[in-house]
This record gives sequence, structure tokens and C-alpha cells, in this order.
Amino acid sequence: MESRRSVLMPDGTVAPGGKSRMDEELLLEALRWMMKSRLYDQRVIALQRQGQFGVYSPAMGQEASIIGSALALDPQRDWIVPQYRELMATVHHGLPLEVITAQYLGKIAPARIPEGVNVLPTQVAIAAQLPQATGLAWGLRLRGKDAVVMAYIGDGGSSEGDFHEALNLAGVVKAPIVFFLQNNQWAISTSRRVQSATRSFALRAAGYGFEGVEVDGNDVMAVYDVACDAVEKARSGGGPTLIEAVTYRMSFHNTTDNPSRYEDPKEHQEARTRDPIERVQRHLAGLGLWDEKREASMTAEVREENEQALQLAYAADAPKPADVFANVYADEPSRVARQRSELLDGES
Amino acid sequence: MPERNVVEAINSALADEMEADPRVMVLGLDVGKLGGVFRTTSGLVEKFGAARVIDTPLAEASIVGASLGLALAGMVPVAEIQFLGFTAQGFHQIGPQLGKYRQRSRGRYHCQVTIRAPFGGGIKSPEFHSDAVEAQFVQTPGIKIVMPSNAYDAKGLLIEAIRDPDPVLFCEPDRLYRAGRMEVPDGGYTVPFGKARLARDGDHVTLIAWSAAVELCLRAADMLVAEGISAAVLDLRTLVPLDVETLCAQVVKTGRCVIVHEAPVSAGFGAEISATLMEEVFYDLDAPVARVGAFDVPFPASSLEDYYLPSVDRVLAAVRRTMEV
Repeated sequence: MESRRSVLMPDGTVAPGGKSRMDEELLLEALRWMMKSRLYDQRVIALQRQGQFGVYSPAMGQEASIIGSALALDPQRDWIVPQYRELMATVHHGLPLEVITAQYLGKIAPARIPEGVNVLPTQVAIAAQLPQATGLAWGLRLRGKDAVVMAYIGDGGSSEGDFHEALNLAGVVKAPIVFFLQNNQWAISTSRRVQSATRSFALRAAGYGFEGVEVDGNDVMAVYDVACDAVEKARSGGGPTLIEAVTYRMSFHNTTDNPSRYEDPKEHQEARTRDPIERVQRHLAGLGLWDEKREASMTAEVREENEQALQLAYAADAPKPADVFANVYADEPSRVARQRSELLDGES
Repeated sequence: MPERNVVEAINSALADEMEADPRVMVLGLDVGKLGGVFRTTSGLVEKFGAARVIDTPLAEASIVGASLGLALAGMVPVAEIQFLGFTAQGFHQIGPQLGKYRQRSRGRYHCQVTIRAPFGGGIKSPEFHSDAVEAQFVQTPGIKIVMPSNAYDAKGLLIEAIRDPDPVLFCEPDRLYRAGRMEVPDGGYTVPFGKARLARDGDHVTLIAWSAAVELCLRAADMLVAEGISAAVLDLRTLVPLDVETLCAQVVKTGRCVIVHEAPVSAGFGAEISATLMEEVFYDLDAPVARVGAFDVPFPASSLEDYYLPSVDRVLAAVRRTMEV
């Protein structure tokens, strides 16, 4: 394994010898998606605090990992298998923001991933999505598609047995898949330091017979580069890659969490100096492509998009009692049909 | 018509469905050249190739989890878990994942996955191989649970399972794998889920069972003739969906019943049947519902299995108690 890949330094300068296949136009697009993610997080956390939104896990601090990896995919043919903190990656991949928002509002039909959007549902049973992602990638190849699957996991999730089983099987069948591990240093309150004795999660790939790459997860250019390499390798039959994006969870596990009980404030402050969005803004400012005026107009634009999605999600049909029985069986057992009548008609 | 035992019937179902539908694939431990530890997949890799008959790494959760993903990609996987007891190491991918996937995705996705797993005592297997844990999956809605008791049903129910758009756990009675042959047609036919089968008619008492326990009940019914007791045997075939209608009608007819299964009696599926009968036909019962199961201890060393499992003698004793009321 090479050392940690990096292009853009925290101060916005390019690392010595640093080069990226991400041009300035794509970098501006990446910045827009990262800002959209940050602004959405801030808005829905505020709504959650007012009791108007479900339990939510923000992506703050991890935007470069999430967007840099998603930008490497072709939404027309590739698939995203999320954990649950990659919301804006799935939106970039074609999932309307109002649909994923409706899920957090407990809606049923309005939260259904539309046909043609190659995204699987979020997965709260940690790492359970990984064997499924391996199977999906393997199956797409068996079906003759040239698709690649990007599967997300965290540092905590890498301790699960499913992580091992999924990567092992993917190596054996040479599945066209990228395992994208966001090491955000925390699994709720459990530090990465006690999650594993390995000095690098990327090293684990060697045990499965494929390549592991470590990248500065707060550097959208470097993330994009390693993700593109891995996607191209998978598409051309080269098999899986494990990417460890080293980042930091700048907010909290989810809206029920309280990091002040376990997180060293110095560590938190230090992490803030490595903010993935600010470094892109500094870099673009250095090139004369970013200033306060541009920031204000992009903020307003993205905020408006987010508001529209929120409004659509709030206005979408509320769940009905009958939805308890929706989408379980293609042909419902008669016993379940009877229970439905019991609920809906008061009959038993 | 050709005669087949249960192993041959299952093999025939797999071969027919793989022939008919190129999306159907078989994966699991040792399912390739070996043909499975019971030879149920014998000859398939030679006929359909190593891309559709796959020896997987030894890892139950990924056999099932990958099958879920394969189904999402448009394949129709038939996964083999070598013994039902080993589903413990993949349980979360079966009940919570496969069973919920259609609901979790708001109907966008469904999982056309069949999981085959032999189970049951009576063949002196090592530890963990014999456990009858079928009732655990009844508590994970979304999974259909199929328990064939003979070769004809095994083929027809397996084809029905493979064609079902939703996940099916297909439990095979290993004790009966080679217990004899019966007429099993060539070509695809199905036996519907949720239709119990009257394996033997009788007037005085109904023995309710599934899988290998049906064979046990048939032997018991034969012996009861000498005592002047006419026992019916009802084979449920599937636990989910459950044929409540036939179950209740049959028990009303005899007024007495004994439920027989290989799982430990406490919270075995017999408890669910008993509760259902209480709710539905209590006033038509002439005697309390009786249950014969394994004892509430872990499956013992195979040298003791004949004492642990329900036996003909224990079924006869339960029938006699029931008839005395």
C-alpha cells in the first residue's frame, strides 16, 4: 500500500507534486454538492430540534469523501449501496432529495426510490449491506452489465463479520465493486483507536487479495482520483478495491448523540481546521474563482433547492394505517390479510 | 412415471428450473463437483457450468447476503446452507434482511431468493447439524417457510419456491432423503404454498406434522389401527403461509389432535398451531390439544438422539391420553 493520497492541503494549496484529474469546472461542481450537503444537514438538524424531522445522521466533515466518491460513478449504469451517512452521494446519483427526505419524515410511498435510480435503501444494520453489495456487483456482471457498485461502510462497520465475509467473497469472485470506508474516527462514542489494532483499515485489503488505498478523506480532489482509479479497475475486470478515506465526524453520530460526553474538545477543534469545504473555497479563491459574492449566491441557490425538496417531502402523502401491510409479500398470506381487516375494519 | 427419492426430486427440480430459466443459479458450500454433502446438486455444475453452480467461501451470512444482491441484479439464486443449524451464522441476512427488503425499500425491490437447508435428527450427524430451528424464522415476517415431507412435494414445492418473487426458506428432511422412491414427474410442476395435505384420513384423532415428522405420524397411525383408533395425518407442508382453513376443518372433524414436531416443544411451531385452534375451534374440541416435540434441552450427542426426538411410542402415548378424555 502506498502512503495516504493527498492533493489539496488544508490551507487550500496543492501538495508538492500534487495533481488531480479533477479540473476546475468539476471542482466547482463538487463544491456545490458539498455545500448543498452541509446546508441540508444544518437545516434538518434545526428542524429535528423543533420536532419536525426524524433521527438524523449528518455528513458534516465528510462531504469530500461522500461527494468525491459519488462523482467517480456513472449514475446511468453504476450502483450505490449506502450505509446511512451518504445522503448527498445518493442524490448526486439521481435519488431526488425530496424522496430521501420523505424517508426521514416516516413517509412510505413518497420515500420509494424511483425506478431507474440505481441506489439501494439506507442500511442501519451496520455492514449488512456489504454482502448484498458484493452479490449485486457479481450479479450485474453475470447479467452482462458493465456496472460498478460503490458500497459505503465506516470504521466501526469494518469490525462486523459481514465486512469480512463480503470483502472475502468479492475478492474470490472478482466482483466489480469499490468498498468505500469512511474512517470518521467514531462509531457513536467508540473511538477508532479501540475499533481495531490495525494502523490502517486499507491494509486489510491485502488479506482479501486486492488493493487497499488510503486517502485524505477531506480532500475532494484526492478522493475523486482514487475513486476513479478503483471504478475503472472494477469496470475493466480488475476486481474490488478497498478505499479508506480518513476523515472526521465534525458533528455527532446522530441527533440523539452528545459527543461532549466523550470527545476531546481539542481533537474536535483540530479537526475543524481540516474542513473539507473551506479548503476548496480557499483553493478556488487563490485561483480567482471564489469570493464572498460567489459564496453568497451559491449558498442562496442551494438553500432554495433544499427548501423546495423539504417542502415537497412535507407535502407528500402521509402514511396510512394500511401501509403497515404494504410491500411485504407479493401474495399476502390469508392470515396477514385477516390481520389487515382487523386493523382497518375492526374485524377479527 | 419415473420414481425418485427426495434427493433425486430436489435435484430434478433444480435442473428443470435451471434449464427453463437462465437466471436461476445455485450457490453454497460444496455444491459444485461434490454435488453437495447429500448430493442434491449432483451433476448440475457439469450441465450448467461454474458460473451458475458456485462453490462459495465457507461463510453463511455472505451466501445469503450475496444472494439478496444477486436477486437485485436480476438473477434467481438458490442458496444452499449446508445444515439448517448453520443458519445461525447467517440469521441476520435471512430474517431481518431478506424478509424486510421489500418493505424497507417501499416496494422498489423484492428478493427472489430460495434458501435450501437440510435439517432434522435421526441420521447421527455431528453437533449443530440436526437442529430444527424453523420456528425462529416464523418470527421474521416476510420469509415463507416450506417443509416438504416427501419426494413429490419436495420437487413441486421447490419449483414453487424458486418461482416465488419473495424469499423462501426451504427445509429438507435429511432423514428421508433416501428413505424410498415414489412417482415424481419429469418437468416443471408446482405444489402451491399454504395448502395442507391430508396424508392419511381418519376419524378419531388428527396427527398434525410437517417434514420428517409426517413419516413418524404415518407409522404411529398404522400402529393405532390395532387399538381400534383411526388416526388422520395432516401434513402442513408450509408453516408460512399457514393453511388455517384446512387445519381447523380437519381438527373439527376428529375433535381431537396431537401436534408432532422435531423442535423443542416450548415455543415450537406447535404452540402456534395450538393457540390457533383455541381461537378458532375451541368449542369443537373433544380433548385438549396435545403436543409431542423434542425436549427443552439442546440437541444431545447423536448417541442419545433417539431418546430426545419425538418417537412413535411418544406419539402413541399422546394419542392414548387424548382418546381417554
